[in-house]
Amino acid sequence: MANAAVGKDYSVKLQPVEMLKVLSPEGKIINEDMVPDLTDDQLREIMRRMVFTRAWDKRAVSLQRQGRLGFYAPVSGQEASMIASEFATQKEDFICPGYRDMPQLVWHGYPMYQAFLYSRGHQHGGEIPEGVNVLLPQIIIGAQIVQAAGVAMGFKLKKQKNVVVAYTGDGGSSQGDFYEGLNFAGAFNLPVVFIVQNNQYAISTPRSKQTAAETIAQKAIAAGIRGIQVDGMDALAVYKATHDAVERARNGEGPTLIETVTYRFGPHSMSGDDPSKYRTKDEQGEWENIDPLIRMRKYLESKGLWSEEVENQVMEEAKATVNEQIKKAEQTPKMTIEGLIDSMFEVTPPDLEEQKALYAAAKGDK
Amino acid sequence: MAQMTMIQAITDALRTELRRDPTVLVFGEDVGHVGGVFRATEGLQKEFGEERVFDTPLAESGIGGLAVGLGVQGFRPVAEIQFIGFIFEVMDSIVAQAARMRYRSGGRYNSPIVFRTPYGAGVKSPELHSDPLEGLLAQTPGIKVVVPSNPYDAKGLLISAIRDNDPVFFVEHLKLYRSIKGEVPEGEYTIPLGKANVVKEGKDVTIITYGAMVHTSLEAAKLIEQERGVSVEVIDLRTIKPLDMETVIASVQKTNRAIVVQEAQRSAGVAAEVIAQINEKAILHLEAPVLRCAPPDTVIAFPQIEDEWVPNAARIVHTLKQVLDF
Repeated sequence: MANAAVGKDYSVKLQPVEMLKVLSPEGKIINEDMVPDLTDDQLREIMRRMVFTRAWDKRAVSLQRQGRLGFYAPVSGQEASMIASEFATQKEDFICPGYRDMPQLVWHGYPMYQAFLYSRGHQHGGEIPEGVNVLLPQIIIGAQIVQAAGVAMGFKLKKQKNVVVAYTGDGGSSQGDFYEGLNFAGAFNLPVVFIVQNNQYAISTPRSKQTAAETIAQKAIAAGIRGIQVDGMDALAVYKATHDAVERARNGEGPTLIETVTYRFGPHSMSGDDPSKYRTKDEQGEWENIDPLIRMRKYLESKGLWSEEVENQVMEEAKATVNEQIKKAEQTPKMTIEGLIDSMFEVTPPDLEEQKALYAAAKGDK
Repeated sequence: MAQMTMIQAITDALRTELRRDPTVLVFGEDVGHVGGVFRATEGLQKEFGEERVFDTPLAESGIGGLAVGLGVQGFRPVAEIQFIGFIFEVMDSIVAQAARMRYRSGGRYNSPIVFRTPYGAGVKSPELHSDPLEGLLAQTPGIKVVVPSNPYDAKGLLISAIRDNDPVFFVEHLKLYRSIKGEVPEGEYTIPLGKANVVKEGKDVTIITYGAMVHTSLEAAKLIEQERGVSVEVIDLRTIKPLDMETVIASVQKTNRAIVVQEAQRSAGVAAEVIAQINEKAILHLEAPVLRCAPPDTVIAFPQIEDEWVPNAARIVHTLKQVLDF
């Protein structure tokens, strides 16, 4: 047999991937060319939403512990990745979320009390109001990625200048649906931006075991679409990457894959996950040191756009909103089996009508 | 004998087979390092190493394909699908590949795979975690479907499933994982696949059921026995494909009346099949039509009304009365 090492190396090579960063962990601009075009009000608004979301997350965790919420996936640590990316969209643009992406939905117009109802296992949680362009949180990892291609094709066919932003995680990037979605988006040149929030763990499985690829961003190359890796703890970098990708997509210049390198400070979900079983305190501490809120706060304070007083006000506002919205969720009338049966089809067929009667008869017989 | 929960019995079965047979491999999402989201594989990676008990990337289709390929290579994969709703991502590997391997290759290859997955109402899990999809699998030619109702059965059935040379879909009820304890012998023992268990003997009416509904049916039997002075027989199918109709028919010939209780939606499922076979094999022994007690044909109810959707003892009693009073 011939020696494989002899002769020219024809294997495909990838250029090293360089991560986009704008703010240092100390809140200093380190990449002047890539500072996004944001007004002071917009900068303040991104920070307000991140602080609000952190307070909301904290409250949601405690509501879950009290049994007032059902399934809940904490978001702390991922605020820059979530909020700054959604901030780069317009209301008419469409969000296809993963299961952790409630903040983007709410900031895109989905009422918070419905997010709580969804968590509490109430059907009304899923009734997205007219004019709010989002899908429900996707439970099947990666399913939203292929659907995003369809929603994007819909915009293209209807000649609407709108964009779809689909979110998944580092784990999600291993699913077949992920590759299929990227490939379709590229093949049909669709207005869609895929955001992989690489928070380092799919439940307990570290990124290093998820793929042999050095970055997730480079997976774009195989699909023939644009890919970029950004510092997911840096709201300005996330905004810049998403804004540019969204505007390119809007102008018919095709899809982009964005990998935001981030970390979830909390457990995978509140259903028994214990991160200490798979990651060290030191590692957590390192990520907490580069908290997205810290650097944005420092940056805005240096520009005179933020203060402790404002931050406290936002946290109070968040707490009051969460309290009011959870009460609204708790006061929503209970579902019925009859209503559930009627929600299956546009017109309930005779066999289901019969089952409704059967159910009522059994219920009446005490 | 040790007292074990169902989850401990499952771990024990896996450990027993990993020790006995070097071709047994255990893998899936989060099953290695942390031992699974329900700790069903806890300690196994430590004992048997990363080559035999391992985490996979997050891709159910990948897990299924890996299992089929390893089966071709002579291994016995025990693949965990983290929650039952995720099987749709791996349906091709289960239904179109594993279940047909022996048939397509004229016996040259087979798929000695166990697909383990949790399911079941009663713990208010999010959507696509608890759906009763066992009927869907039972309709697939070439695959066996096992639903244990207690720790002792879970261990014996899982060992049989691992040793079986054909694919087995092994469905574990979430509510039973830790809610009941039972005596489980140490070491090897098997419960044959395709063999039902008469969990309570009676003479006036038979309840045919499986999984968590065995416990609800026993509760209902007690209620109606107190109220009516009748005697109820309860059969735990244990394996829903293939069905042990011999045990069912023998019971119906004795009691002449029967109902089938299932957690899965009413139509086209296990209950329908059991009733069809009773009609085929014992129609002249029946004093009343065989009725079903099952949830309506909706997607499994949202957690908020899950408990009302799943049959409870009162609804089973209602169905029993219809059969007794016919």
